[in-house]
Amino acid sequence: MFRAVGDQELFQETTRRFLEVEVPLAKVRDLAGTTDGYEPSFWRQGAQLGWTSLLVPEDAGGGSISGHGVVDLALVAYEFGLHAAPGPLIGTNVVAAALGRWGTDDQRAGPLADLLAGDAAGAWAHAEPAPNDGLGDLALTATRSGDGFSLHGVKSPVEAGRQAAYILVSARHESGPTQFLIPSNAPGLMIKPLHGLDMTRRHARLEFDGVTVPSTHLVGRPGSAGANIDWLLDLAVSIQLAEMCGALTWAFDTTVDWAFNRYSFGRPLASYQELKHRFADMKMWLEASCAISADAAAAMDRDQAQRSERVSAGKFYVGRYGPELMQDCVQMHGGIGVTFDHDLHLFLRRIVTDVPTYGTPGQHAARLTGILAGADR
Amino acid sequence: MSDTTDVEDVESFAARARAWLAANMPRPPDESRRDPSDDSDEEELRRVARSRRLQRLLYDGGFAGICVPSAYGGQGLTLAHQLAFNEEIADYDYPTETQLPTFTPCLPVILEFGTEDQKNTHIPPMLRGETAWMQLLSEPSGGSDVAAALTTAARDGDEWVLNGSKIWTTGAWWADWGLCLARTNWDVPKHRGLSVFMLDMHQPGIEIHRIEMLNGSREFCQEFLTDVRVPESLRVGAVDGGWTVGVRWMLHERTVLGQSPYVTGEPVRRRLGQGPGGGVAPLLQRARDLGLLTDPKASELIGEVFAMSVVGSTLGSHIAEGIRTGRLAEDAGAITRLYVGTSAVRNASIAFELAGLSAIAWSDSEAELGKRGIDYLMRQAACIGGGTTEMSRNVISERVLGMPRERAFDRDVPFRDVPRSAPQR
Ligand SMILES: Cc1cc2nc3c(=O)[nH]c(=O)nc-3n(C[C@H](O)[C@H](O)[C@H](O)COP(=O)(O)OP(=O)(O)OC[C@H]3O[C@@H](n4cnc5c(N)ncnc54)[C@H](O)[C@@H]3O)c2cc1C
Repeated sequence: MFRAVGDQELFQETTRRFLEVEVPLAKVRDLAGTTDGYEPSFWRQGAQLGWTSLLVPEDAGGGSISGHGVVDLALVAYEFGLHAAPGPLIGTNVVAAALGRWGTDDQRAGPLADLLAGDAAGAWAHAEPAPNDGLGDLALTATRSGDGFSLHGVKSPVEAGRQAAYILVSARHESGPTQFLIPSNAPGLMIKPLHGLDMTRRHARLEFDGVTVPSTHLVGRPGSAGANIDWLLDLAVSIQLAEMCGALTWAFDTTVDWAFNRYSFGRPLASYQELKHRFADMKMWLEASCAISADAAAAMDRDQAQRSERVSAGKFYVGRYGPELMQDCVQMHGGIGVTFDHDLHLFLRRIVTDVPTYGTPGQHAARLTGILAGADR
Repeated sequence: MSDTTDVEDVESFAARARAWLAANMPRPPDESRRDPSDDSDEEELRRVARSRRLQRLLYDGGFAGICVPSAYGGQGLTLAHQLAFNEEIADYDYPTETQLPTFTPCLPVILEFGTEDQKNTHIPPMLRGETAWMQLLSEPSGGSDVAAALTTAARDGDEWVLNGSKIWTTGAWWADWGLCLARTNWDVPKHRGLSVFMLDMHQPGIEIHRIEMLNGSREFCQEFLTDVRVPESLRVGAVDGGWTVGVRWMLHERTVLGQSPYVTGEPVRRRLGQGPGGGVAPLLQRARDLGLLTDPKASELIGEVFAMSVVGSTLGSHIAEGIRTGRLAEDAGAITRLYVGTSAVRNASIAFELAGLSAIAWSDSEAELGKRGIDYLMRQAACIGGGTTEMSRNVISERVLGMPRERAFDRDVPFRDVPRSAPQR
């Protein structure tokens, strides 16, 4: 329901076919038992299809399909949601986008090239555990230490934190928000895998107990990353929203089919007005979710207020009504809806995991008020 | 929609509109200087008169009826031109009071089903702001089941004689014309015995009563039709073919909230901004006054109201595009209708909650907060007017998702034998 135009159509179709063949739901279930949740060859092939290069400028080895890379990537993300596909899509793209925009020549030649080729994954280490889990909170500190910096603090949960070779860390320096790109084998960095609801994606807790990094690991100047981190947050959410829409579409379509084919008292479920009305509400939630999510992706190249307005309105809406839609799909299925055998929970798990990730719906609503109050002053 | 082959391109049209608006169109009146408690008839008539003047201004400037063929006084352009114009006019005043239902559904119904004569006679005065139209659909016996109209039209030579009652007609007391659905045959099934008439609201036999709503508004009217004579030349569509007209009529009514080619302004965003709860601006102001802008609960609720309006404005164009590309059935406008109703309800609840105790008992200086309480009492109107949200849910499930229709007890039975509500009023 994200409308592809021109060359995007073939691009989206190619990703769709690839996911259908490579990660059908039976395969997704098999992969669920593995440590990483995806195979390196799968990711490398995806990179060849363009999954990792869309947000990176051409002079850094990337390139978009339509001239608007986030909109292109949203189409991929939608397909990921639709297929419950594993793989470090958001983290890798956030890191690649950051290096493409603000990276040094060395960072572009090494890490970025690896990400573009699909030889390595990226992770965005931004969120922190309570009580530092407010939107915009940043407690991990970076202090000068010799020629470099010393990092103290915790990032958690970090998606693909253990799978990624390169980690983009946001930190608080005395001069302001600062970003670093560090290798996952940086001395002193503790990466602890977490248990999680999602069967397709992995999360980790990253502990920085005086991890020293050289100045060459800085992404941008110290203290200058505030606006950049804000942009990355909007970027991560806009990709996440497209993914959520894909997952919601799968659940809705599957449940509509079920309602036509499941009989009770001699008639299909789809003939009962009480259920029809709930399907009407679900259809509204789904269409509104897709509308605002497509708009949020398209707004990523606008100025901060317009961009964040769309993104936060999207995260509020999809985050609030997406899970309602999923749970209603479960309800309409009856008992089978809460079984492990039925595929619905693969999608339910993803949606529920997405809701608080990169800001809760409530936090994004409050952020909107901040934007309004700022514009109004 | 266009009647010429070399249509002005949208960019140059928009540039022309921008220049014209800057030179001619007033800015919206300052709401803060208007006494919000003034809902007197005089105030309403002033607003209607202003609306008519603005419409005339658009007409003289060549921006009325952008998608109406030039033969009937319009501009013969496309939906893209109308949407571009809506963007341009966003910061200006526009004819709010006379926009609906005149320009949709009444105008497109006449365009689609009217005779050449009817179109020549009735469309240009609409575009000039001279005639405001009403829709006479609902009756005391029921509004959801529109096709069960009891108001009867009997033929008498080349005239029709109408008897019955219509109700819930907003603004009928100052309107000029009405589009009226009436029964012309009681001996056939419900849908096959209806016809549509254009009704001059000022003619003898039409008695208009004002109905007081629980918030004190007296905008609603009930019309009693007693031997109202309507010439054959004012019948729209075929005799007993009124439901063919009615189906398109309902469809156009639902485009009110999406993208109608005939409506000027941005109905969805503005309605959400002005609907129950009064939009986000007063909430923000109150939070600022009380120092609540940093209160997490208050800022979440205010942000929610704003988010719902942002989502609503993107949903309108998303659905309209879905219909244009064929991804969605034409009836999908019901999705937007359902959204507007349910989000208005939520917004009214939030505004009430944020207003605190002053919403239930207020001093003179707190009248604005008291209004939040009254709005809350009127909350469900957003889910009733323009067809209820239950009916939208029926339409979405049956006509958009293709689910089985509800069992009907009024098919294939002469209408006079169909069970109906006990007489009211
Ligand atoms: C603000 C506002 C403006 C209005 N403007 C106009 C106007 O300009 N012109 C005009 O003609 N009318 C107008 N109306 C009237 C409005 O269209 C009707 O009130 C509405 O269609 C419902 O009809 P009713 O009031 O007779 O309720 P009923 O039709 O009696 O319905 C009562 C309840 O039963 C539900 N219901 C009925 N049938 C079904 C079904 N098949 N399945 C499920 N639920 C069902 C309804 O949803 C409702 O909740 C307006 C109303 C409002 C509030």
